[in-house]
Amino acid sequence: MIEITILGQRYQVPEGLTILKAFEWAGFHLKRGVGCRAGFCGACGTVYRFIGDYRLHYALACQTVAQSGMVLGTIPFFPAQRPAYELSTLQPTGETLLGVYPEIMTCFGCNTCTKSCPQELDVMSYMAAALRGGIENLADASFDCIMCGLCVARCPAELVPPNVALLGRRLYGKYLAPQAEHLHVRVQEIRAGKYQAEIQDLKDLPLAELKTRYESRQIEA
Amino acid sequence: MSYPTQIRESMTKVEVTRQRRLTETHPRLSAQERETILKKFHPDYIEEAFRVLRLGPNRGERAPRELADALEAPAVIRHVPELLNDPVSHICDVLVIGGGGAGACAALLAQEYGASVLLTTKLRFGDANTMMAQGGIQAADKENDSPALHYLDVMGGGGFSNDPELVEVLVNEAPDVIAWLEALGTMFDKEPNGRLRTIHGGGTSRKRMHAARDYTGAEIMRTLRDEVRSRGNGSQTSILIWEFRPVVELLLDDQGRVAGAVALDLDTGQYMLIQARAVVIATGGSGRLHYQGFPTTNHYGATGDGLVLAYRAGAKLSFIDTMQYHPTGAAYPEQILGQLVTEKVRGLGAQLCNVEGEQFVFPLETRDVESAAFIRECQERNLGVATPTGQPAVWLDAPMIDLIKGPGTIARELPAMVRQYKRFGIDMLNEPILVYPTLHYQNGGVAISPNGGTQLPGLFIAGEAAGGIHGRNRLMGNSLLDICVFGRRAGVAAAEYAKQAEVADFSLNHLENWEKMRQEAGLQDDQPAPIILPDYTRAQTARTIP
Ligand SMILES: Cc1cc2nc3c(=O)[nH]c(=O)nc-3n(C[C@H](O)[C@H](O)[C@H](O)COP(=O)(O)OP(=O)(O)OC[C@H]3O[C@@H](n4cnc5c(N)ncnc54)[C@H](O)[C@@H]3O)c2cc1C
Ligand code: FES
Repeated sequence: MIEITILGQRYQVPEGLTILKAFEWAGFHLKRGVGCRAGFCGACGTVYRFIGDYRLHYALACQTVAQSGMVLGTIPFFPAQRPAYELSTLQPTGETLLGVYPEIMTCFGCNTCTKSCPQELDVMSYMAAALRGGIENLADASFDCIMCGLCVARCPAELVPPNVALLGRRLYGKYLAPQAEHLHVRVQEIRAGKYQAEIQDLKDLPLAELKTRYESRQIEA
Repeated sequence: MSYPTQIRESMTKVEVTRQRRLTETHPRLSAQERETILKKFHPDYIEEAFRVLRLGPNRGERAPRELADALEAPAVIRHVPELLNDPVSHICDVLVIGGGGAGACAALLAQEYGASVLLTTKLRFGDANTMMAQGGIQAADKENDSPALHYLDVMGGGGFSNDPELVEVLVNEAPDVIAWLEALGTMFDKEPNGRLRTIHGGGTSRKRMHAARDYTGAEIMRTLRDEVRSRGNGSQTSILIWEFRPVVELLLDDQGRVAGAVALDLDTGQYMLIQARAVVIATGGSGRLHYQGFPTTNHYGATGDGLVLAYRAGAKLSFIDTMQYHPTGAAYPEQILGQLVTEKVRGLGAQLCNVEGEQFVFPLETRDVESAAFIRECQERNLGVATPTGQPAVWLDAPMIDLIKGPGTIARELPAMVRQYKRFGIDMLNEPILVYPTLHYQNGGVAISPNGGTQLPGLFIAGEAAGGIHGRNRLMGNSLLDICVFGRRAGVAAAEYAKQAEVADFSLNHLENWEKMRQEAGLQDDQPAPIILPDYTRAQTARTIP
């Protein structure tokens, strides 16, 4: 067993549990601060120190093993700024980012966001890309962000990097990514009814024949 | 953490055979062999794990025990007196229950069709299975592919039990869904010339799996969620979002039409009455019921609530006796037991090996067959790898991918997987990983028509809560697809229905009937349902439940 501190109270828990399961072992029937339990949803952002150490650490509770001496606190909700916008009325430019989130100009490069990211993203550098209007860079470098909000809680300039990045990715996906011609051709073909007869034929086939058709279909190499 | 010594020995064998295996393909199973292996080893065929339902629309049919308990359970609000005298908390045209991908799609389209929408969800908006999908989404949009080929794959994958009308809609609307998602700003993987990058999934005859790295579901979910939030402020009719307010009961009017719902505020413990002209249930799957004690890939709130709500109100379920076990759940280390290792790893070329480092199954059989083959390798042939907790496992030889597709492929295509293993001391670029089947997907659900409708007027279903699209086995990439196809359709149909529906007085009369039926069936005052959240606090479960 190891000893950890959860929200100021000490508990003994077995070694080897994730922080999330350690909470549960200790008796917390969690409602907040838990979602996917697998590192994808960002619900379980957690801040901790070790007893006697001034340094702060950041983790996803579901993806981090509890260690002896951890003093743990969760951030189940943090108010994050998100202005109203309609993507279809926006231009994919740096001015748009600055228009929606003018506060990003106040970033003074302290790097706290990067240090607090449990996904180990270089948050400060994607925010720098946002400032420069580098939407493609912003979208690419922020892609693995799961929006846990730890950087939001820590940013001394009161910025909300995950929301800025999300807008950047949507602008890139809608306006800047190269178009897939084959996709639009296919959508038109289907609208024109090109495949209707073929599918109807399959629907009309007796089961045995449908099965034969399935077993003998060519598989793309 | 890395691998302990006894596992390393077997790992070395995998490394030794790797070069040779690069040029070897394990043969696919014949139709006959597939059937035999399923019957003998797939969890759906373990008779004791099922029982017959004693009441409700599917009375006399088989369901997994855990689900049967929930379906037959008394209502959560059965002892709340005078609930209907409370003031109505919210009135809307369309109530969407569930903030995953299907719910988001339904909300967007219902709003576009002029409805006022309330989307209420259990945890945060987006805390959902959709957020966790890694591998991809299918659509037949390449020149060598067609909706008809897609149709054939879906039907074959589902054991030809699927509802053909639903499958036709699914495959026909697939390319349009991709285009729609792109127009909302979803970033799919592309070649520099714009062509969508696509690969195989289990049971596909063409490479039609589209991905957004291995965060495909997350990318779709956060885009849809942001769009829903955008419609929340400024738009003509708004979408209101409630979080931490799961629905625990539907409200019906005196003619049996759905007229709203009762939600529970998880923070305050208050019940809230919602009056709605139409309701869309988009509550997702039920992995957290841990059928047969399996660990699961599903999110914390996946407790099958939508099936319980619809069933008690009188809607028929379909294909609830079949669950999907994903062959590659993490089997080691213990901390991530049951979590998903995306099928994309196999799609990119990784093979399966037994304790001797030899292949034993074609890597891209359909999931049911693939899972059964893993179980056979460990149980019957005794060639599995034993992990320290006793959890059986087989090897998934991930490092092959970079040898086949070039260095850097794993890091580029599977960042989430690499990150997850690295967190627990395993280097997936150079080390194979240990896997075993995990409870993944609810193949069936509430029976729907092609517009998401049920036999209850005013009740629509979308997403994993719906049944019939995938028959007895869903193929990878068809679920992210179906939540969009049928989520959009249900949204439109609910909005259209709401336009002509009268607002009637709602009641909870169906609960009185339910209690009567339960008594007649001789049932006790068991644990009520919906379950809402699993309870992992008991010390004995904390170590084993993922
Ligand atoms: C780990 C993982 C990987 C996957 N990978 C793929 C893949 O690569 N490709 C693919 O096609 N499919 C994949 N799937 C399947 C697919 O992601 C899901 O089937 C699909 O996203 C389900 O969407 P949904 O909207 O129906 O349900 P969900 O996304 O689960 O949303 C349901 C929502 O309803 C809420 N809810 C539940 N009960 C209530 C209640 N009583 N009241 C209010 N709200 C409630 C939940 O909290 C949740 O927010 C994967 C699934 C998992 C778990
Ligand atoms: S619970 Fe979803 S990231 Fe931890």
